[in-house]
Amino acid sequence: MTLAASSDVPATVKEAPTTLEVSHLDVTYRVRGTDRPALSDVSFRIGRQESFGLVGESGCGKSTTALAITRYLPRNGSLSGGSITVNGQDVAAMDKRSLRQFRARTVSMVYQEPGRALNPSMRVGLQLAEVYEIAGMRKPEALARAEEMLRVVQIADPGRALRVYPHQLSGGMQQRVMVAMALASEPSLLILDEPTTALDATVEAEVLDLVSSLRQQFQTSVLFISHNLAVIAKMCDRIGVMYAGELVEQGPAREVFENPRHPYTVGLLRCVPQSGQRKDHGRLDAIPGFLPGPGEVQVGCVFAKRCALATKRCAEETPPSYEVSAERTSRCHYHEQAAELPRATPVEVKQRDAEGGGDPVIRLRGVSKTFHVRGEHVRAVVGVDLDLKTGETLGLVGESGCGKTTLARVLLGLTVPDEGSVIELDGLPLAPECTSRSHEQLQAMQIIFQNPDSALNRRHSVRHIVTRALKKLAGLSGETCESRLLEIVRSVRMEERHLELRPYQLSGGLKQRVAIARAFAGAPRVLVCDEPTSALDVSVQAAILNLLADLQSREGVSYVFISHDLGVVRYLSDRIAVLYLGRVMEHGLAETVFSGPHHPYTESLLSAVPSLKGTHFERIRLKGEVPSAAHSPAGCVFHTRCPRRLADGLCESSEPPLVEVEPDHVMRCHIPLDELRRLQATPSASYPEASP
Amino acid sequence: MTTGDDSLGPFAAAGATGASLDAAPSPSEPAEPETLPSTPLGAAGALDVSVGRIRHEQLRQLLHAKAFVIGSTIVLWWVICAIFGTWFVPYNATTPDILNQNLAPSAAHWFGTNSVGEDVLSRVIVGARDILEIAPLATLLGTALGTTIGLAQGYLRGFVDMVVGRIVDAALALPTVIVALLFVVAVGPSTLTLVVIVGFVFSLIIARTVRTAVLQERELDYLSAARLRGESVPHVMFVEILPNVLGPILVEFTVRLGYAIFTIATLSFLGFGVQLPTPDWGADIANNYSYIAAGYWWQTLFPALAIASLVIAVNLIGDSIEAVLIQ
Repeated sequence: MTLAASSDVPATVKEAPTTLEVSHLDVTYRVRGTDRPALSDVSFRIGRQESFGLVGESGCGKSTTALAITRYLPRNGSLSGGSITVNGQDVAAMDKRSLRQFRARTVSMVYQEPGRALNPSMRVGLQLAEVYEIAGMRKPEALARAEEMLRVVQIADPGRALRVYPHQLSGGMQQRVMVAMALASEPSLLILDEPTTALDATVEAEVLDLVSSLRQQFQTSVLFISHNLAVIAKMCDRIGVMYAGELVEQGPAREVFENPRHPYTVGLLRCVPQSGQRKDHGRLDAIPGFLPGPGEVQVGCVFAKRCALATKRCAEETPPSYEVSAERTSRCHYHEQAAELPRATPVEVKQRDAEGGGDPVIRLRGVSKTFHVRGEHVRAVVGVDLDLKTGETLGLVGESGCGKTTLARVLLGLTVPDEGSVIELDGLPLAPECTSRSHEQLQAMQIIFQNPDSALNRRHSVRHIVTRALKKLAGLSGETCESRLLEIVRSVRMEERHLELRPYQLSGGLKQRVAIARAFAGAPRVLVCDEPTSALDVSVQAAILNLLADLQSREGVSYVFISHDLGVVRYLSDRIAVLYLGRVMEHGLAETVFSGPHHPYTESLLSAVPSLKGTHFERIRLKGEVPSAAHSPAGCVFHTRCPRRLADGLCESSEPPLVEVEPDHVMRCHIPLDELRRLQATPSASYPEASP
Repeated sequence: MTTGDDSLGPFAAAGATGASLDAAPSPSEPAEPETLPSTPLGAAGALDVSVGRIRHEQLRQLLHAKAFVIGSTIVLWWVICAIFGTWFVPYNATTPDILNQNLAPSAAHWFGTNSVGEDVLSRVIVGARDILEIAPLATLLGTALGTTIGLAQGYLRGFVDMVVGRIVDAALALPTVIVALLFVVAVGPSTLTLVVIVGFVFSLIIARTVRTAVLQERELDYLSAARLRGESVPHVMFVEILPNVLGPILVEFTVRLGYAIFTIATLSFLGFGVQLPTPDWGADIANNYSYIAAGYWWQTLFPALAIASLVIAVNLIGDSIEAVLIQ
């Protein structure tokens, strides 16, 4: 990446011609007759071929900025101050005709969900060719250029890709098509709005690599919008941190992350579990409080209410954009002390009395699940053996489609496993369907779903949702129920006033707390957490993770924790199981699995995770997509993508057994542990990339 | 009268699409029907202030919709006629007056008189009673029954869904009026028969709409959570799912009400409804339309207009409720 280079030479960046200049931009939305500010006094510029990142949590105005630049603000939104110029043209002053030209040739945008941005009823080739046709090419020529462009975005078989419909492509491929489309007009500014948020880490890594190489090739300036700090750190030369419609800090990416000068940036960075941070070492430092509503803060600093450094001055005097150093600004009166922001969450951790030990609460033996879809047998879970001990967290990781969620649903009895699967609770076999399980068995196991919008009945109040669980599972009624309700609601850091609200009146973080409160209501001994924080902002995620860690140390609950975010899994898990195509590829103590030697698949997953610290894991890249579970590859299921496949063909011909390679560490790989250790200790350059 | 049935086609289509749109889960846009009683949830009856505000907001939007205001005014007028009509009619609706037969509309008889000299205006006013009694009752019955069937179909799927689904298909293949006619002939006309028969036939149609809405809810995790709590099937159906599909049900109710009015009027026209001399729009048309050729158009036109106005008014209300709920 070009991080280091750009921070070394700020002078040249300054002299470079400007592609985008946003100065003192104000945007307001008119809601029910009143103007609500969405952006205030936002200024930044992007030089030619520079990549600028906007980072911040949901609702901070990142997307509004992008919409304002392309003049796609909704009808009730208006540019109420400041100016936007692209290549010296004032965007606000354009008439209809020049605006069309501007959108067709000068800017392009890539959206979060490629599946929704592509026209589902049009073949990929025609959609892509359209861009060239608008530029004045004839159809055959346009199609030829489209095919060429698909090759540029590294789509394996561009001829085939031209003829298919978007739904026939995977998410990663769809996003490549979107990138191809965006670059087809050779725009001077490319806006990427959370382009990889909907993708798996391995696919994300590929798409990000692609975008940065194409940026060089097409000499495009990039505005990169993401909530993911590590992705921004990886992709951008300079970044701007947004909070409540203001650009609170701006500067070269590396500098901002290493030496943040605004308390919000400091807080955000502390929310992310850093490599190696674990629940036993200390809690994450969540940012207290909530994002202010639009227009709520009239005077003073927008962050003052949540800032531990705030003084009277912060509430009375709006901080200007302080020039911290050349190229760096911060909207904080006390930007000098930002790094010393006191912790909002105490570090201290109550250790559990007894370590797991003893018999496992949950024992899975030979658990398989085959779905029969249109005559095909989709083997979602294949012969999984796992144990879960009291008070322990078992992390399940793997790319989407690896069977994590199916395994969790089988465990809970929501999906009926294949014949012969054994699920035991306290040594006693469980009925395959939850409707046939006893009350005690139901009570023992609960789940926190990924999406609280779907998991909470939107017509029921918080009180009803939690009370019902208390009545049904804990068997409480009357006053005991009421007092337990209050207790449990407080323990998830919600207030009594939330009780009468319905889910749609709560923010995403609060909704997930309701789901957690409901899951804990019956005092379960095993709690399945299916990506409980993936829909949440990092500051909320930190609070939820702390909460889960606290509840575990207090109540001794065992968790099955499913997540695609390895940092999060590592923070919370005692043991990790890595799944691929429904099979356990590696299983062991969290520290062992993370520190290595790893299974090549685990290694690839770790390599794909962008890190705030730069490039420490950039060793190997996983190519291609997860094969269909209906047609798993012969031999080792991972051999088609394995970067360390053996040359003698053993991997293609026979499936390695799951063996204990060292105490408490099992792995499904033909390569001996010592050999893996040797391979993984050497830098990547000497290793061939995986074949597609 | 088959033309009448055909003309309802577009209404049916509008109702169906509206319902399916509304069934899409939209947590941010609460669809809070005003007129249906809230389900007894056991949760504190006290509604939150902001919930109240959202309901208020929807009511405000409804009251600002012209279609809703016009529709409700017309319906309200007929309801007043049905309840208090006998008190303010200019003449007794059922007293023949041989001296004033077949009079054209005039200052004394605004809508003229019929072949036995009864005042047409009075008969139109009083004639609202039966149709406004039978049609809403039948629709209410149909909605309640249809909702139950649809919930069971959508949630239980499998065998129940298949069997009921086939019955619904078969019933839908025949025009409602024909099915109703068969039963009325078999059982004999009475208010109760009409309510039960029309309600039953409609329930099958409503069940289909409800089933579609339930299928979308079925994918959501809150139902898994309910199963993991060990909730009974009726609890899941009526307490968990029902509140989330009330929107489409309410829209379906208003659409069906329009149909019911038409169906009841048609049955009366065919002589299987309310028996003479009780004033009834459908029956009055049937008794007088042969006199159109003689130039006595008012005897048919005014009852027909009454039916049309009521059906249109109900549909206007339905459309505006739908618009508010699905936006």
